[in-house]
This record gives sequence, structure tokens and C-alpha cells, in this order.
Amino acid sequence: MIELTPEKLYNRKSLVINPAKTCQPIGALYASLGIHRCLPHSHGSQGCCSYHRMQLTRHFKDPVMASTSSFTEGSSVFGGASNLKTAVKNIFSIYNPDIIAVHTTCLSETIGDDLNTIIRQMEVPEGKFVIHANTPSYKGSHITGFANMTSAFVTYFCESSGRPNKKVNIIPGFTGPADIREIKKMLAIAGIDYLIFPDISGVADAPMTGDYKMYPDGGTRIWELRDAGNSTLTIALGEFSSQPAAVNLENKCGIPFKVFEIPIGIESTDRFITGLVNLSSKDIPYELEEERGQLVDTMLDSHSYFFGKKAAVAGDPDVVAPLAEFLLSLGMIPKYVYTGTPGKQFDKKMNKLLENAGFSGSIVKSKGDLFEMHQHIKNEPVDIILGNSHCKYISKAENIPLVRIGFPILDRYAHSYFPIIGYKGALRLVEMMLNAILEKQDRECNDEDMELVM
Amino acid sequence: MKAEAPNKIIKERNDYILIKQESKNRSIKCDSDSIAGSVSQRACVYCGARVVLNPITDAWHIVHGPIGCASYTWDIRGSLSSGPEIYRNSFSTDLGEEEVIFGGEKKLERSIDEIIKANRDNPPPVIFVYATCIIGVIGDDIEAVCKKVQTKHNIKVVPVKSPGFAGNKSAGYKAACNALLELMDKNTSNMGSNSLNILGDFNLAGEMWIIKKYLSLFNINVCSQFTGDSRCRDIKKAASARLNIVQCAGSMTYLAKKMRALYGIPFINVSFFGVEDTKESLLKIADVMCGEDTVKKVYFYLRKMEKEANERLKKYKCRLAGKKAAIYVGGGFKAISLVKQFKSLGIKTVVVGTQTGKKEEYESMGDLTDAGTVILDDSNPFELEKFIVKTGAHILVGGVKERPLAYKLGIAFCDHNHERKHPLAGFEGAVNFAKEIDSSINSPVWNLLGAGQQ
Repeated sequence: MIELTPEKLYNRKSLVINPAKTCQPIGALYASLGIHRCLPHSHGSQGCCSYHRMQLTRHFKDPVMASTSSFTEGSSVFGGASNLKTAVKNIFSIYNPDIIAVHTTCLSETIGDDLNTIIRQMEVPEGKFVIHANTPSYKGSHITGFANMTSAFVTYFCESSGRPNKKVNIIPGFTGPADIREIKKMLAIAGIDYLIFPDISGVADAPMTGDYKMYPDGGTRIWELRDAGNSTLTIALGEFSSQPAAVNLENKCGIPFKVFEIPIGIESTDRFITGLVNLSSKDIPYELEEERGQLVDTMLDSHSYFFGKKAAVAGDPDVVAPLAEFLLSLGMIPKYVYTGTPGKQFDKKMNKLLENAGFSGSIVKSKGDLFEMHQHIKNEPVDIILGNSHCKYISKAENIPLVRIGFPILDRYAHSYFPIIGYKGALRLVEMMLNAILEKQDRECNDEDMELVM
Repeated sequence: MKAEAPNKIIKERNDYILIKQESKNRSIKCDSDSIAGSVSQRACVYCGARVVLNPITDAWHIVHGPIGCASYTWDIRGSLSSGPEIYRNSFSTDLGEEEVIFGGEKKLERSIDEIIKANRDNPPPVIFVYATCIIGVIGDDIEAVCKKVQTKHNIKVVPVKSPGFAGNKSAGYKAACNALLELMDKNTSNMGSNSLNILGDFNLAGEMWIIKKYLSLFNINVCSQFTGDSRCRDIKKAASARLNIVQCAGSMTYLAKKMRALYGIPFINVSFFGVEDTKESLLKIADVMCGEDTVKKVYFYLRKMEKEANERLKKYKCRLAGKKAAIYVGGGFKAISLVKQFKSLGIKTVVVGTQTGKKEEYESMGDLTDAGTVILDDSNPFELEKFIVKTGAHILVGGVKERPLAYKLGIAFCDHNHERKHPLAGFEGAVNFAKEIDSSINSPVWNLLGAGQQ
């Protein structure tokens, strides 16, 4: 990759090299895993399903189950209806889930399978559900797929029964199991009664017991999804990944919503906590104050190592945005801010953030790719890269430390047990970045410059 | 053999499962499409084509389709290069809605134009263009586009016809082999040649280098390698070899047969997995390629290597005696090698299955195993779990999706696929294999499990 990434930037409009996104279906599958006893189902060729399971397995180091319609040449001519019907019958009789969450693929979308009709014509056993989301791979990204499936949960389940439950709905966005645990912890401390969906905690981070459970204990329950139609408010974390479901819920059940950023870093966590506290009209609980204080304490202790350091950030828009803001508050310069997901609002928001911070030399790009980011780095290097495992090529080629954040992380373990969300998550980010910077310094400095105390 | 189905196996799946008994009265069903609704471990046509061609290190592999197909196959093979690293990048035409409606030919052409223009000083020797599902449906004529850009830029551009739905992984192998055939110079002669082609080794963890090292000891020249650590120029001259040796029979038998028909090159099946098979294979090769004196030398060398390997294996044999193994891999030939290798370590194979095995291969597996051994074609996690638990296997050999399943079931695991950690070929590979099996089965971590699995 070193030889192929030339310093000289050139006009490249058609070909994507080293993508910073992937396709919708895997996002839909990810969301479906967050529903208890739900089997995600890929309506397409069997390769899609195999790839998604492989990628998620490599990310979580846990088994990831999903079924497929196994399209053949025949189904791509005559439509996939009979495949899906057979599949559903087989799935209920063998794997016995409570819900089958079907997502489409580029193939079934292009041949025009009408999932609404196919599902309506199906025999679904009593007490079981088949739901679907349209997730054409040629539109948006995995984040769009996540948003579409999350919105489908609303369409199929949320109902307003006329009896308000005084709860707050939380849509956590494309985040990891530990992040959701952290959100729940903050909600509990703030004394907020909530419903959260989709909830991948307890699913993708299930403990080792020696007993294999195809459907682990975690995940949002169906009654919770139903009851989400009776809540007072919906909090959607992430404009790209969670807002569509919140809008759908407002239209369907008349529940107002607020969009916050995924609380990564101190500022967005502050805004999230303030939002929560305003709801309960209590003071900020001491536990959270304490966590914040500890975070600020560490940021101060280490600030000299961060100040003026340049960073390249790549990943999903709802993660990259608050992360870039956090870098600014550490005194760092987000030099390259990249997402593969299309969306002009990302560019606008990031450019404004950087402008307000007084930086004009940064490059922001939605629908970008890692090859181009690498070219920029070759022209003007950075001190640290924040992104998924695919950034390791750039890291290796340019000898720049990489802190693995986002999806997918294929080459490190245990990340799904530690949050990057909330004050605790921000503290972890500080630790990870600092370790990366200091370890490089230790490794590369002259013997006479090596210091014990840093 | 008698068919025996445990509870709740999909009825249609019964034909794909055999439990070996004393007498034979039924053969296994295999080599057909997966049943809709199964959580198949199989992939698609594109996947088959990509895994075979991807190890060609100096080629540009452009995936024509929506982004996912390129994202999921980005440098996932673990095949190593002794030179160029271009193949470790991910190229995609990232088709959007517009192209799905109006066709993607123009975007493909622009993509190739752009990048060739930018790399004028260092043009690639070959570009592969992979057709994915959607290309098969929207009807892009990639052959015409490839021909056009090939003429325009005077660079070899080879279409790989691999829409995901058009068969299974084996169809993809075939598409890849056809692409390789197209790359070969047709007007070479193999008269008087003293070199051979290695087919079906992908240089995972450097295994191709081990095989080549053995051959070089006896002055046997390697003409081309399919496709581990290969370059375009080597593949071009493949027709000038005297012999083809085929390791991964599943993917390469088609190519070997074609080359026999087109260029009169005979082929033999070899396997470098295990002491026994390595020895046999090298003798087979020497018989064809070498004079009597050299064959004698080979004989001595092998005796020495075998003795050394067995000496080193002793320690593991005592630690592994009496254990039981389950195997679930891609091709039948590898499965057979593994059964033998386990046997030599004193380990009994109790479950053996493949994704794409052939009838004869399943018969050999039956011949090599004891009564009660479960033989499976195109299995799923549900069946694997059932039979692993039922047979009390201590270790599973498989690929990425099987690893966490094995761990969750509380049994050891060895990756014999893309994620293998050490070379498993040749004499040193046989020792590595035993070491890896030992390090997983006898890890102290298992003692921490409540039930005390080991």
C-alpha cells in the first residue's frame, strides 16, 4: 500500500480506494442483534450474510447468527418471494426465534421484491413476528442500514395505547455493548426511567459459561418496543444513526424527540447529562460530577502532551463529530476529519466546529475514503490517527500511532467490554491516546533522552 | 452408512448428514445450493472468485458493485507477498442508485481511466474487474468495457464473471480459473521444460515459501504459482510448465483439467498438510520431475525430515493422546488431510464436514474414520453444535465463523483457514499444527470454566 499511495493528489471521482464505510445490510443486521431472541435475516445471495457474520464475528470475537434467503439464478429472475417463505418456515421450526428481522440487499432491491406484500402473505406462527427494512446497499452506508432497521422496529411494534408510561425512549445509535451499558448507567444515576432500543449489550458481549446460547439474554424485549409508543420523549443519539427512528416514532405515536450527539468526549457528554437532568429537574448527581472531575483532572495532568498535536479522524459520522470536538478541548488539531458515509450536513457541521475553534487548515470530508486521507497525511503528517482497524495500513506506512475507535476493529481484543461513551469513556480515550503518544516517544527517543517519569 | 438425524435438524438437511456405521447403504448429498433459511457457513460466487485471485500481488482488483463487496474482502486472506503490496488495497466502483437505474458501465470505465491516468509512471500489469450480484441483474456488459479500456490503455484488463447468486463458492472458483486462463500466454511450449506450476496454495502465513524451499532443494523449478505470492508475469508463462501439482483441489481442479486439455500439462494431487502427506507428495513430484539419482536423494532427505519431525512431535503426541476432533473446513481434500494428521497424533476425528466437498471426497472421509463419525455437507452452527456436543469433541478445526462458536461450547479451536497464525504446511507446518492444537486444548484457561470441560 505504500507504493500505491502517491503523495500527489489527483482527481478521482469514480473509483473508491480503501473505503471508510460499508453497505447498509450489515448495519441492519447489527441493529437486529439488539432485539431479544431476534434472528437477523439477509434477503439476498448467501455471500452477503456470510460476509456480515464474518465481519461482526471478527469485530466482537463472538458468534454472530443470521440466516439467508440463499438467492439462486432462478430467484433473481422470478423474485425471492418463495425463497423467503421457505426460509421463514425453516427458521421458525429450527432456530425458533421470536422475531425474524429481514433486511434487503442490492440484489433483492434491484429485482424489486416487495417485502410488505411477501410478509403479509406469509403464515407466521402465533406469537412470532416477521419484520423488514429496506436496505439497498447502493444507497448511504452501514449507518443508513442501522437507521433503517431501527426505524422498522418503530413501524412494526411501537403503539400508543393511550396510557402514558412516563418513560424516555433512548435510541443509542451504532455503538458497542459497553457504550450502551454506560448509557444505561448514566440514566440510572440520573434517575431516568427509560426504554432503550436496539440494545446490543448482553448479546455481543455475552459471558463465557460453557453453555452456548443462540439467543443470549440481552436485547430489547418486544413489550418494550411496543411500550415505546407510550413514552414522554425520545432521545436519539446521533443524527445519522438514530434520528430517522425518532422521526418515525413522532409521526406514528406523537412522541416528541430530541437529537443529541453520541456522548463521546466531555462536551457532548455534558450536553447529554444536562438534557437528562433537565428532564428529571434534579441537580446533577454527585456520581457523575465526580466522574467528570476525574476526567478533567487527568486531562489537566496530561495536557502538555496533547497541546498542538495534529490528528486524523476517520469513521462513522455520529462518532467522528463528537470525537473531533473532544480533540479540540484537549488542545489538539483535528487535521483530517473523514467519513465514508455520504451527507453534506457532516461537512457543514465539522467545518463550523473547526471555524469556531479558529482552525482553517483542516480537511473535512463526507463520502471520503482512506486512500485520499492517506495522501493528505503524506503531504502534511499528523501525530495520531483515530479510526478503525483499516487505518493500520496508514499507521504502519507513516509510523503514526493509531488508536482504534469505531467499526470494525478486527485486530484487537476486549474493546467491546470498555466504553468510549460518557465521562468514563472519555477518560479511556485520553488513556488510549496518551499511551499511544508516549509509547512512540519511549520507543523512538535516544537513550540519553529516555525519561522514567513522564 | 446409516442416516441419523438428531432432533429438529431441517428435514431437507437429512440427506446432507451421514453417521458412519459398519455398512454402507446411502451416500451423502452434496455440491448443491444451500437451503433457504439455514444459517449457512458458505459464501457466494464473488467470494470464491476473489479468494482465488486476490493473492496475485501486483494486480489491481477492482470490484464493480456497491461498496460492501469490496469492504468485506479488503485484505482478509492472510496471503503474504514477497514484493508488491497493491493487492492489499480495496478498489470499488461504489455503485449508487443512479448507476443501478441507468447502468454502471460508464462509471466502471471512468474508474479505470482515472486510476490509470494517475499511475502512468507505474501502470499495473493486470486489472481484474469483478462483477457482483447487481451487475448480473442490471446487465452491465463488463466484458465489453474491459476490452475497450484494455485497447485504450494497452493494459491487460480481465473480467471476472462472479455475480453472487449465480451458484455457490465453487462457481466463483471456476470464474477465477477462467480469468487465470485468459491471462496465460497461449503460444508457449513446454517441450523440454523442467518446471512445474503449484496450483491451490495461497501462501497463507508463508506456506508457499515452504513448498518452494523443498522443491528448490532438488532443483525443481517453479514456473507459476496459483496464486499465493504470484505476479502477473509468472502466471503468463504458466503454459510452459511440465507438470501441475494441485493442492486445493476444490478451487483448482478445474484449472488443472483445462490446462491439461489446452496445453497437455498433466496434473497430480498433492497435499502438504501433515508429515505423511508431505512425504508422499514430494515423492510423487520427484517421480515425475527428477531422475533416479535425485529421487534417491529426495528419499534420504524425506527420511531425515520425517525422523526430525516425529522427534519433535513426540512431546505433543503424549499431551494429545485420546482427544477427539471435529473438522469443518472449505474443501474435501483438506478435510481428508486433517483426518490423517489427527490420526497420526493419536486424535480421533468424530465430526468431519466441508462447505464444498465432492462425493468421492466424502467417501474417503468415510473410509478413514471410525464408526459413529458424523459426516456433514454445507453445515450450519446449529448442527455443528449438536454434533460437537453429542460426540464430545475436544477441538474444532475451522474458519473465522466457527472459532467463537467452539469457544462458547467450551472446546478448543484451530484456524485452518485465512486466519491461521503459523504456516501449517510441510514438516515444520506439521509441528506447528500439533503445537497449535496443544496450545488450545491444553490452555489453562479452560480450567477456569465452571463445568471443567477438559
